[in-house]
Amino acid sequence: MNDNETSRTGAVDVAYVARLARLSLTPEETAQFQRQLEDILAYVGQLAALDVEGVEPTAHAVPARNVFREDVARPGLPPEEALANAPSARQGLFIVPKIVE
Amino acid sequence: MARLSSFALHELSAKLAAGECSSVEIVNDLLDAIAERNGELHAYLWLNAEEARAAAAEADRRRAAGESPRSPLDGLPVALKDNLSARGQPCGCASRILEGYRAPYDAHVVERLRAAGAILLGRTNMDEFAMGSSTENSAYGPTRNPWDSERVPGGSSGGAAAAVAGGLALAALGSDTGGSIRQPASFCGCVGLKPTYGRVSRYGLVAYASSLDQIGPIARDTRDAARLLGIIAGRDARDSTSLDAAVPDYEAALGERLDGLRLGLPREYFGAGLDPEVERAARAAAEQCRALGAEVFEVELPHTPYAVAAYYLLATAEASANLARFDGVRYGRRVEGEDPTDLYQRTRAAGFGPEVKRRIILGAFALSHGYYDAYYLRAQKVRTLIRRDFEAAFERCDALLAPVAPTPAYRLGEKTDNPLAMYLGDILTIPVNLAGICGLSVPCGFTPGGLPIGLQIIAPALGEERALRVGHAYEQATRWMEKTSHASPSAIRGQR
Amino acid sequence: MTSPAPEFLASIGLETHVQLRTASKLFCGCARAFGAPPNTLVCPVCLGLPGAMPTVNREAVRLTVRAGLLLDCEIGLRSKFDRKSYFYPDMPKNYQISQYDRPLCIGGKLEIEVGGARKTIRLTRIHLEEDVGKSLHFESSSGVDFNRAGAPLMEIVSEPDLATPDEAMAYLLALKQILVYGGISDANLEEGNVRCDINVSVRPAGATRLGTKAEIKNMNTFKGVHRALTYEIERQIRVLRAGGAIRQETRRWDDAAGRTEAMRSKEDAHDYRYFPEPDLLPIELTAEEVAAWRADLPERPAARRARFVAAYGLPEYDAGVLTAEKAIADYFEAVARACGNFKAASNWVMTEVLRALGERQMDIAQLRVTPAALAALIGLVERKVITMPTAKEVFAHLFERGGDPEAIVKEKGLAQVSDTGAIDALAEAAIAAHPSVAADYRAGKKPALQFLVGQVMKASRGKANPQLAAEALKRKLEG
Repeated sequence: MNDNETSRTGAVDVAYVARLARLSLTPEETAQFQRQLEDILAYVGQLAALDVEGVEPTAHAVPARNVFREDVARPGLPPEEALANAPSARQGLFIVPKIVE
Repeated sequence: MARLSSFALHELSAKLAAGECSSVEIVNDLLDAIAERNGELHAYLWLNAEEARAAAAEADRRRAAGESPRSPLDGLPVALKDNLSARGQPCGCASRILEGYRAPYDAHVVERLRAAGAILLGRTNMDEFAMGSSTENSAYGPTRNPWDSERVPGGSSGGAAAAVAGGLALAALGSDTGGSIRQPASFCGCVGLKPTYGRVSRYGLVAYASSLDQIGPIARDTRDAARLLGIIAGRDARDSTSLDAAVPDYEAALGERLDGLRLGLPREYFGAGLDPEVERAARAAAEQCRALGAEVFEVELPHTPYAVAAYYLLATAEASANLARFDGVRYGRRVEGEDPTDLYQRTRAAGFGPEVKRRIILGAFALSHGYYDAYYLRAQKVRTLIRRDFEAAFERCDALLAPVAPTPAYRLGEKTDNPLAMYLGDILTIPVNLAGICGLSVPCGFTPGGLPIGLQIIAPALGEERALRVGHAYEQATRWMEKTSHASPSAIRGQR
Repeated sequence: MTSPAPEFLASIGLETHVQLRTASKLFCGCARAFGAPPNTLVCPVCLGLPGAMPTVNREAVRLTVRAGLLLDCEIGLRSKFDRKSYFYPDMPKNYQISQYDRPLCIGGKLEIEVGGARKTIRLTRIHLEEDVGKSLHFESSSGVDFNRAGAPLMEIVSEPDLATPDEAMAYLLALKQILVYGGISDANLEEGNVRCDINVSVRPAGATRLGTKAEIKNMNTFKGVHRALTYEIERQIRVLRAGGAIRQETRRWDDAAGRTEAMRSKEDAHDYRYFPEPDLLPIELTAEEVAAWRADLPERPAARRARFVAAYGLPEYDAGVLTAEKAIADYFEAVARACGNFKAASNWVMTEVLRALGERQMDIAQLRVTPAALAALIGLVERKVITMPTAKEVFAHLFERGGDPEAIVKEKGLAQVSDTGAIDALAEAAIAAHPSVAADYRAGKKPALQFLVGQVMKASRGKANPQLAAEALKRKLEG
């Protein structure tokens, strides 16, 4: 792809988005993703050329509506299975470092 | 005498019924084949050997006791892609972040397989979280193509396709978000079916891009694909997007002729960038279909050039939310931290590979404040245009014929440094996912270098019967599937 | 209470989260229940396990629309769910399935009354979303219980129309009342059924633009809301008076310390990256469906109170007490209709029934005295079959064991004694036993008669007709 510095849009703030997504990145990763994502965004920029005025967005590929479940309670997982995969559990709880608000 | 592991499911089903072999023999032969070749191919990440043998013995006991088979799959082993939840098994999506996780529940398709008496043989390799087109993004190392171990098997269901093609599995279930069943089937010379969105319940499939993901079979021939689809298809109340439509007898649709069918060749799918060998094979396949009685003509899908861009915005946006749950709190790998945020960041930094991180960042960006309309919403509108392209084409024809991928299998490492180039390789499969329709990949020849090439048969929503009918007639006329990568074809397949 | 500083005005908006009264959670079949051991009401869906998928509880949608109809909202006939992304340990998927731009209910209003003055509070919207889990804090770690995760929550967003902590309190009480009336929520604060976030700003009187607001998160008592608002309004006024500026920020209420404090600020806190939930299909309600739900609505508390005044001739106050809870109002109406004596029905319910329930901390649903029994009891008094003291005794009996008042009266021989012969004898005995009181009466101390009537009543164990007793005594003392 175009590796020319001046062609980049510079729109994507990789560090900000990585924080949103709770990914800590090394400076090298940040720089590499910055470059690659700008290439990708330059490519997806072609969508801007399409006239989509009045076009309904497609969020679902199926035409159905109103799919509901009846309000009936059913048993879930046995407690030991609910916690079996927990990296840390105590007294029936999933343990995390102390939450500070 | 041919190895049992080299037959199709429907052939083995007949052999079991005729008492010519047992389920235990089939499972053992597959396990032997895996022992011989999985080291090289790395198609499986995890084997269910002990349970599979026990289940085979149980199936044999049932058969000996005169019980009628639970289904045409009874006592026959099937492999699962590592993103399908099966109770008691790992379900790691080839990611470090799910290290140690064991699923406490069955996916809908796994329930169906178990009820059908199928045996769960093992879990196949994939691109991490199905993000990739070569299976090189597996955290546990790549899978190799059985036809040329220097080449990729395609992806993301590369392990499944390599196992089926390499004689390590009779059939497998994979998932297809932008081509992840059809493209590896094409690279490995098997049959791969991406059903209509909603045809198969996604409950228990670890989501990559929920509005595009669909589970489907990878098999040795179209009859096996039809048979597997018949077992896994149908409405499931736990997946709101699963379709409430009757499941036809897919095998009944299979025949030898294509008289009266109108097949379209989308002009945009034969454009620049298409490998000449691939184009030659696809056009020859179209001629073959004409010879079988179909009417073949060119059609247009004008928004095709925008599909990859729209797809990568939509798929990554959904993925950025779908993968947020991997945080080291309830399951999987954890890297401790000073506070929950620190824990999340460290866990996710250590647990996800680069392609997954890249896509999460792209997707979160496309949804972030100030960019939603320009990227995500616009991509959804382009999705509508692509869907309309197909609707218009299907007013003129019954199904479309196209290549599956622009090139045959490429070399490992060839595209890993250039994500965008890798994404562009999905141009011929992505539109089908965006439109929510179905696509079938069947072998349609080989390059002079001996690499398989796939033909894609695209049909409208719930048009699986039609796609399978075309694929089957073509397959029976050409019998490309008889050339296999795991032994000389004459030795194996002659005796039907 | 008025604003502590009349030169400043406060604007308060509330985002109230109300747990709906369903059997199961919003997106899975786990029971919606309180008090179970941690992580025992969980499944792959509400634990956010890989591959699990949500399905929408039909009843939760119906209840939300019902709330919207009771609160005069416009119903969004085309509605959908969206994902709201943020990371938090109590959030299994690290996104919450909520509703962004197409909520089920739009607009709406709620009338409140503070110090006799009525005020209409406008609502912005009501949407449906899933609840999060619950965190428990230990010395160096926290633990998460996901039993509550996925419970159906309705978020009711008000416009900043509330001006004082008292108004906020009145709003919450009125909201709770109407939701309980509609059978929409138990609105049980102890069980965390109602929680709210407060938006509050102050501005100098006369200023047209609202001041910069602070958000106070996660309030779970109405009293807490009142205290937090009182504190926060004063704090903001103090800052403004000192020439400072209010920072737009999220604060938390420290109940023990009695003050709000800024939460650790997160710059990305509001970049929620909403997008349509791909796993759930849109909801499309028809006008007919909504009309049918509207026809099924209960009478609103305010309308019912007005009707009680008009139809039963009750004082405003009594009507207010009787309509405070739907079950009580229903009970009163059943009694009133059965006995036809509205005033007596009101008196009985307001005094004996509510007092007895209060003493035992019981709910009216647990009351053994059926409306028919209370009506019959009122009839017995009316027809002078029993005296009021006897009636209270019968009521106590009914309250403990239930049953039919006439049968109890008969069985226990409690019928009023109107036999003059018997009463004469008791009167004579009373005079004989208290000669000095009789003498007082004869000497002109008329109130002494009441004492003697009391003695007759006591001797008859309350059954004597007090009027006849007085007459008999007078006859004997004066004759």
